[in-house]
Amino acid sequence: MKQEQGHSKAKKFGMVIDLDLCTGCGSCMVACMAENNVPFKEDETDKLKSITWMRIFKFSNGKTYPETDVCYLPRPCQHCEGHGGHSPCVSVCPATATDYDAHTGIVSQIYTRCFGCRYCMGSCPYKARYFNWFDPVWPDGMEQYLSPDVSPRMRGVVEKCSFCYHRYQIAKDKAHYEGQTEIEEDAYQTACAQACPVKAITFGDLNNHSHAVSKLKNQPNAFRLLERLGTNTKVYYVSGREWVRRAGDNYLKAEWPKKTS
Amino acid sequence: MFPFNFEWIWDMSHIVFMGGLWYALTILGLGMTYCIIKTIFDIYKGDSHHDQGHH
Amino acid sequence: MDSALIPNGVRRCSINKFMIALAIAGAVLLWGVYAMFLCWFKGLNQTNMNDYYGFALWIWADLAIIALGGGAFFTGFLRYIMGKDELKNIINYAVLIGFICYSSALLILAIDIGQPLRGWFIFWHANVHSMLTEVAFCLTCYFMVLTIEYIPLILENKQIDKVPFFHHLSHNMHSVMAVFAATGAFLSFFHQGSLGGVAGVLFGRPFAFREGLFIWPWTFFLFTWSAAAYGPCFTLMVTKITEMVTKKKLVKDNVVELLAKISGWMMATYIIAKIIDTYYWANVTAPSLGFNIMHFYSNNSFYGLWILFLEIILGGVVPAAILITEKGRKNSLARNTAFVLAVIGVCVNRWVMVLQVMAVPVMSFDTWALYYPSWQEVATTILPVAYGIILIMISYRYLPIFPQEPELNPVD
Repeated sequence: MKQEQGHSKAKKFGMVIDLDLCTGCGSCMVACMAENNVPFKEDETDKLKSITWMRIFKFSNGKTYPETDVCYLPRPCQHCEGHGGHSPCVSVCPATATDYDAHTGIVSQIYTRCFGCRYCMGSCPYKARYFNWFDPVWPDGMEQYLSPDVSPRMRGVVEKCSFCYHRYQIAKDKAHYEGQTEIEEDAYQTACAQACPVKAITFGDLNNHSHAVSKLKNQPNAFRLLERLGTNTKVYYVSGREWVRRAGDNYLKAEWPKKTS
Repeated sequence: MFPFNFEWIWDMSHIVFMGGLWYALTILGLGMTYCIIKTIFDIYKGDSHHDQGHH
Repeated sequence: MDSALIPNGVRRCSINKFMIALAIAGAVLLWGVYAMFLCWFKGLNQTNMNDYYGFALWIWADLAIIALGGGAFFTGFLRYIMGKDELKNIINYAVLIGFICYSSALLILAIDIGQPLRGWFIFWHANVHSMLTEVAFCLTCYFMVLTIEYIPLILENKQIDKVPFFHHLSHNMHSVMAVFAATGAFLSFFHQGSLGGVAGVLFGRPFAFREGLFIWPWTFFLFTWSAAAYGPCFTLMVTKITEMVTKKKLVKDNVVELLAKISGWMMATYIIAKIIDTYYWANVTAPSLGFNIMHFYSNNSFYGLWILFLEIILGGVVPAAILITEKGRKNSLARNTAFVLAVIGVCVNRWVMVLQVMAVPVMSFDTWALYYPSWQEVATTILPVAYGIILIMISYRYLPIFPQEPELNPVD
């Protein structure tokens, strides 16, 4: 990260997720788990102990048939910037095991530094951080096909979505070997974005005008989750449905249509 | 924790926070050192008069 | 059998009775130690914590213990800095209780973190902007202060005092105790405050979040104030329990009433500040983030407005009202009830600022999370209570904790 090119503008990797396309199939969740060596237990019935870096929430408009409508919302780590790089989780970590990288906009997690106090989990309003309550136990032979680019975690540390940061490192190396100074848009894509069968997830550099995300985020129907808290996230959601956009934040009864904060 | 650590920056937060910590530790350390050294002196002086109350 | 170790001028029960009592407390302690080793060797899956409840019983216990142990720093401050000389008759016990509270808090923290062997990272790789770092630093330093304040008491044991080195050391430590007490008060101000800051800075959790002064949310000051206010009530409550168990009066009424009066006024001023803070948060802060106050107290099976009533009225206004009046202080039933209500009040406040924070959903489509502790969590939380009882038993038996005890209980 310190060897980042000094002359080009800082990147801000982010996502735009089209909630009107998402079918809740879960491919993104599976791809993420496979890509990032996310551990699982034999019995995963206790969802509150499942590690799901990417997690799909399902919620409805609360109306009865025939007006019932359902929305599936994929929620990765939002990589909050907060005010000037002070993400809710980064500010509170006592061991500097998580850091906001101003060059990429990605909030990192250093597994070997984390001592598992779980304060960051308490501070995250998106519940995007997960604790290793157990040591990972891989079914027989699975160690052979773990991703070699992602370190597995032992119990007692917190983990979360990294926007597949290892893919960024691979893309940077590749660009360097090829004598390029910039990474192509499709050279660095997250596993979830690639896996989505309906292309609901678009990933790229929000600061780069040639990347699709920088245009998509400016759509009138684009919103971010819990914007009023000041988390300043990198994940934009798009929906033509007003009730979905309203569900993206909290409003007092008198406040909708959306108050600009 | 120390200026030679990786995260150390000479900014106000570090100076105030770590300065406060080291200040407190120094007072405790000096206080206890004083007590122990004075105790050793008291013993070698062969203190014959008893102390006027402990509180 | 151990009469050579018992202080002069006081009577103690037979060694057999003492050993039986120790054994009972020891059995409870061993149960807690077993649970502790289970957590250390098998991991935190031994608890009922989950990804929605990262902070649970242990963190609540830590916060509550430290608030209750605030009697040590505040009584020390009143005695050594404000010159309230009568408090010299209860300061030893306050220090002992504080020592137990802080050592317990550190022990629980060692069990609670996911990687206990990496606990030192909080010092070595400290993030100076995190409230928890400040907590760890000040807690550790203050525990050193409490140890320094407890050592002279140990050195005053009849046999240990005979050793010239220890005799003089104890005297010399007493002579500079004001310096240690002042340092302790300074450290306590910050760590009690930062524990409040731990909740107050969570701008992603509107239930906990507070505006404040510079980097310090209002909860910072409220926690320090409440620790100073409620801590002495815990000291006085434990003193009363000790008197009941030993069937002796150990501290004169004027000492108890003085500390109770100061505590009462601290509580009264605190609860006014707390009510103002709650009102502002409910009517300004939370609505600005899109939350109506009832969002935090409805649609779940546990948290309701009753907890607000319990914390502020029953646990704050009522004990304060009793203790600020002379009639209330002099009536032992009212006074002791006030102590119990105060202890409950501060424990509920710490519960609310940890567990209710975790429980409340923030995203509109997220759900309430409710939790109950596992037996391992309960056992490891009772472990410090058993340890405290054992240390109190041993200290009471062999150390001159209560200077007024010989006068109040003359031995023929």
